[in-house]
Amino acid sequence: MRAFATLINTLDSTNKTNLKLEAIDRFLHEADNDDKLWFLALFTGKRPKRNVNTALMKQWAIEVAAIPEWLFQESYASVGDLGETIALVLPQSPHYIDRTLTEWMNRIIALKDRTEAEKKEFVLLAWNNLPTTERFIFNKLLGGSFRLGVSSKTLINALAKHYQMDASAVAHSVMGDWKMGDVTFDDLIKGHYTDTQLSKPYPFCLAYPLEKELNELGDVQDWQIEYKWDGIRGQFIKRNDEVFIWSRGEELVTDQFPEIRDNLLQWQGNFVIDGEILVVKEQEVMNFSALQKRLNRKTISKKLLEEFPIQVYAYDLIEWEGEDWRHKSMLERRQQLESLFLLNPSPHLQLSTVITIDDWEVLQAIRENARSINSEGIMLKHKASLYHTGRKKGDWWKWKIDPLTIDAVLIYAQKGSGRRSAYYTDYTFAVRDGENLVTIAKAYSGLTDKEIKEVSRFVNKNAIEKFGPVRTVKPELVFEIAFEGIAFSNRHKSGVALRFPRIARWRTDKTVADIDDIEEIKKMIH
Amino acid sequence: MLQFRQEGIYCIPGNFYIDPWQPVDFAVVTHGHADHARWGMKKYLCHHFTVPILKSRIGNDIAVQGVSYNESLYINDVKVSLHPAGHIVGSAQIRMEYKGKVSVVSGDYKTQNDGLSTPFEPIKCHEFVSESTFGLPIYNWLSVEQQNQQMQNWVLQNQANGKTSVFIGYSLGKAQRIMKALSGISPLHVHYSIGKLNEAYESAGVKLPAYHIINFQEDIKHVDKGIVIVPPALADSKIINKIPHMANAICSGWMQVRGSRRWRSADAGFAISDHADWHGLLDAIKTTEAENIYITHGQTAVFTKYLNEIGISAEEVKTAFGNEEEEVEETKASKL
Repeated sequence: MRAFATLINTLDSTNKTNLKLEAIDRFLHEADNDDKLWFLALFTGKRPKRNVNTALMKQWAIEVAAIPEWLFQESYASVGDLGETIALVLPQSPHYIDRTLTEWMNRIIALKDRTEAEKKEFVLLAWNNLPTTERFIFNKLLGGSFRLGVSSKTLINALAKHYQMDASAVAHSVMGDWKMGDVTFDDLIKGHYTDTQLSKPYPFCLAYPLEKELNELGDVQDWQIEYKWDGIRGQFIKRNDEVFIWSRGEELVTDQFPEIRDNLLQWQGNFVIDGEILVVKEQEVMNFSALQKRLNRKTISKKLLEEFPIQVYAYDLIEWEGEDWRHKSMLERRQQLESLFLLNPSPHLQLSTVITIDDWEVLQAIRENARSINSEGIMLKHKASLYHTGRKKGDWWKWKIDPLTIDAVLIYAQKGSGRRSAYYTDYTFAVRDGENLVTIAKAYSGLTDKEIKEVSRFVNKNAIEKFGPVRTVKPELVFEIAFEGIAFSNRHKSGVALRFPRIARWRTDKTVADIDDIEEIKKMIH
Repeated sequence: MLQFRQEGIYCIPGNFYIDPWQPVDFAVVTHGHADHARWGMKKYLCHHFTVPILKSRIGNDIAVQGVSYNESLYINDVKVSLHPAGHIVGSAQIRMEYKGKVSVVSGDYKTQNDGLSTPFEPIKCHEFVSESTFGLPIYNWLSVEQQNQQMQNWVLQNQANGKTSVFIGYSLGKAQRIMKALSGISPLHVHYSIGKLNEAYESAGVKLPAYHIINFQEDIKHVDKGIVIVPPALADSKIINKIPHMANAICSGWMQVRGSRRWRSADAGFAISDHADWHGLLDAIKTTEAENIYITHGQTAVFTKYLNEIGISAEEVKTAFGNEEEEVEETKASKL
């Protein structure tokens, strides 16, 4: 497992892509094929089920480290990760058990039918025979979330380079629902396994934020202009009479949207469509909070189906009759998509509306109006553009509407977890509610490292109360909070929920007397 | 015997302060880091090795007296002696004896022998003032040999990939440890602030490996694939981008935690510290057999609570000593 530990450690620390690529390359040289396959399995979220309860692990760690529970909790608050806290508080291991990642995984999977005492014996033996980094990884392998500090794009590029293959082919092979045990590493990478697979989605083509003036984009007729929607981007696959719906998070969500699935089962042809899943009521797109009600449900009741009716706005066609269409132009793909819809009229899917204009100047007004129809802004796709893997500058642009903003005051701060555990980085903000303050939003991002240090210093000096890791601070620092949407909510004390709140800037020019009032904020909801 | 005053830690019968943070008449200084050795005292007393550091940091014209470890002198009937704290070169615990009662102020210390500073020496006493920078059980350092091995491996791997290894560590203490660990692997290039303190080490008779001072104003292509050591203040500056093919590593006790490594987003992090780790603190405190422990900067609340729970009477004390190592170093670096 040492090679794997070194890889994880490097991916975690550096933010330089070339160093990550080097680290992956080194791992691909050093590790055996089974370990490489496990690496891909873990990366793509194919973890075995957790067989050891985290509460027990914590209890065992407290026993072995011989520290009181509150001290373990304080350590946890400072580290921000349970598996890592355990790895750090345990005494240093005098011995080393040298096993491959695969050997460890097999033993972990075999825990399934073991008694609690046997599990404990296994876990303690591992803890006592692994150095800190590998101990941490072992804890992560036992289950739970294992975030590998690398984007799928970087990983795919590293694999492609190492095996001298085309990146999109590798991406196609690695994504999808292959299973450990059904496939070897070589078969998977070389795509031998892919052909038998019906469900495989493509990597999504993504857009960059617009960074030019509209008239620099050239002739307006060369662009396909659409609204940008705040739903769930998905791929809708029909191959050999089977339907698969993938979300952009590479999750298979077919059964969460039975109305779309059933519609598509009636469709003629084999295809992969790229589109957006939205709740649409009486021709009106609802905001994201409505769609959220449909997510992560075990069963979709009839009531839910009626209350939150789903529509797919189809953007693109990326596979047609078994042929990969990504290398064809947007124009060609759109034409074929339109004919496909002509052939298959259906209540739950429609073509994304193309905005036709003669002059760039009109677009500004259209964009400004986007919020009133719950759109996030405008998408610009060059008619000659291919369907790229990931982001490629110049072909697709997103031109989002300016966010809404309010001024709020910092009232609670908490140290970050993971990457940011050394500083106060998680903030809660309040606005005025008559004479009082009321919590309006939590935000984690938007400040520079320097500003975070400064805020941390302020928190250290001005902490009023302490609730575990949370500090109540003197309401003094004012921030401009930007957000994408606002809705009434009875789950929030303020009565409103903000969508994607983040810190736009630190208003050092303002005092707590200048912050917004909740009643005024409610007027932003339409 | 001790009083915690607005100006600093005060020895009542001796009428002097230890590491005061406001100007006073007489300051006994534990070591040369800027949060302990401040400007504006009428008279300073410290270890011989700390004298040149004080002069270079505060000014050549200060009134400073140097003493050796274990050398006793009387200040207003208080018997005062300095004992090795193992933190950096010249760092000392201040032992004070008056009418049969002994108090020790330890400043910053570590129990691990880094091979450069005189190793920490435990002292029996009635009252002990201890730091608690790394007073959480998650902080356990590897042995110096293991730490050195880790850094050496990283440099060798960088060399194989055509990279220049850039280490970020405090100019006083850490930088010299890094130099020692990497001696003979590749040429060592150090920032001039480190070079200046290297002289203080050498004047104290500590032998350091050969090094070159790097001048960032000039062409620095020659450092390519070698080793460069810079203080933390430079870590986020633009000038280190001049270093070709850089891979950077931060050497600090905080690097023990993955979150801090990611937060600093250096290419590597090594948990190497000049402060005692969890067990170091506990061992040091237990060995003093002191009846009262005063916990200054660091994890004061947690550490004090734990000591009381295990039957050691401890109290939290507010001081102006840095609990954020880094900020301290930033001010230090800007003074140089």
